[in-house]
Amino acid sequence: MKLAPIENLGFRSLVVLEHLGRIAQFGLRIVACLLVRPYRIRRYLSDVYDAGVLSLPVVCLSGAVVGGTLSLLGYTTLVRFGAEEALGALVGLAVIRELGPVLTALLVTGRAGSAIAAEIATMVTTEQLDGLRMMSIDPVDFVVSPKALALLSVMPLLAALFIVFALMGGYGIAVGLLGVDGGSFMSSMEGSVKFWNDVIGCFSKALTFGALTGLIATYRGYISEPTSAGVSAATTGTVVTASVAILVFDFFLNGFWGV
Amino acid sequence: MREPEVQEFRVAFDGVSLRRGERAIFDGLSCGFPRGQVSVVLGGSGAGKSTLIRMIGGLQRPDSGSVRVADQDITGFSERELFKVRDRIGMLFQGGALLDSMTVFENVALPLCEHTHLAEWDIQSEVNRRLAAVGLAETGHLYPRELSGGMSRRAALARAIVMDPEILLVDEPFSGLDPINVRRIEALLIDLNRHLGLTLIVTSHHMASSLRMADRLVFMVDGIAIAGPPADLLNSADERIVEFLNAESDRFAERHELDVTPLMDRRTSPDRRVKS
Repeated sequence: MKLAPIENLGFRSLVVLEHLGRIAQFGLRIVACLLVRPYRIRRYLSDVYDAGVLSLPVVCLSGAVVGGTLSLLGYTTLVRFGAEEALGALVGLAVIRELGPVLTALLVTGRAGSAIAAEIATMVTTEQLDGLRMMSIDPVDFVVSPKALALLSVMPLLAALFIVFALMGGYGIAVGLLGVDGGSFMSSMEGSVKFWNDVIGCFSKALTFGALTGLIATYRGYISEPTSAGVSAATTGTVVTASVAILVFDFFLNGFWGV
Repeated sequence: MREPEVQEFRVAFDGVSLRRGERAIFDGLSCGFPRGQVSVVLGGSGAGKSTLIRMIGGLQRPDSGSVRVADQDITGFSERELFKVRDRIGMLFQGGALLDSMTVFENVALPLCEHTHLAEWDIQSEVNRRLAAVGLAETGHLYPRELSGGMSRRAALARAIVMDPEILLVDEPFSGLDPINVRRIEALLIDLNRHLGLTLIVTSHHMASSLRMADRLVFMVDGIAIAGPPADLLNSADERIVEFLNAESDRFAERHELDVTPLMDRRTSPDRRVKS
């Protein structure tokens, strides 16, 4: 009996490994569907609208608030060393290298990823995917791949927008509220943010997170049980798994490539 | 009516078994569905009627045994090979399974857009023709959520037959419908069979309409199937069939000595409820 938890551990690891294998296979199927005709451009555009355009208010508002908070926080520290003109560098680097892509990915996972998982899971429950199969249409091609590609492609755009709003928020608070000189704020930011290292790094992070969220959300919806509990499990599972995966990948991207 | 020869079967099960957990859903099930006839599959809830239909469509694979559809053993087919078989099959799901992100028109047009090179104009006239045939001529612009149960089932029927299948699988077409809609769908299905020669496989527990439609009845009991012409089966002495048929009639309560008197003592009668 004392061995039960250890046996359980083995079983659970196997389940996790099996899911990892399946998710990789699923990802390859999505890529294969995207590469061959027909290209589902209309469905893709409507999914981009759902995942991207409808996420705009959340992303813009959060960006501005995060930028402002960084300014407030950075100023109290820097002013002790008389280095408040370095505030621009601090806000710029923090937002572009780290907070922009990561927070955008978490926001988009919560807003669009969960919606996509719930939609696909509902289609499983109401036999819509089986209906497609019976019409000789591959649901991965017709439903899943446009959604996954939509999440992948909106992520860098939304991250860029988040960053723009965060920088504006940071500038507004620093210059308008805290009395930092606007010129030195901008020049310290310009001097410290490097295009190839920081901006391209940010872009590749956002792409990675977009792929992760797109893959996890669609996979979780696709394999859900055909019940209402299955739909809710798919939604929760997507948010939890994708959020943790984003943070873990972020750590490794930082650690290994200094992105 | 004579029993059809094996080669006339459009769909045939041979020794099919399927277990779900501990429970055997099919236990060596063998039966056939003849070409151009209406076969009605009867059985209680959980007898595996829907599973049988899904298996013919290749949506569910058997643990053992073989399923032949249109002279091909589909048991070991890959998804891609199944697509070829499914081109000859139409399926009407119990809930309709219309895509709720698309209008009724787009739903019915979908197979045509995906699998034919018809011009837009031809697709339009074809879809309108099908919708008119099921009595939904003016509803093409509506979304499935705006339709009533009977209407969405008819729309789904229009979609199932738009590619002119040889075999039409119909899962519980009458459940949850009022008598007028039952008659309407029944008439549509019979028309399809009589005029176009479709092989129809219908699951149902609606006895009256089943008997009106069926050329052949298939009873699902204890994981196997008992098939035959309606006249033979209705007079059959087989206990399990007699049981099922009697359960349909109002003699059921007598036969099983069901006693409803305990229900007469209503603990939730209005005067005992919590006042709000």
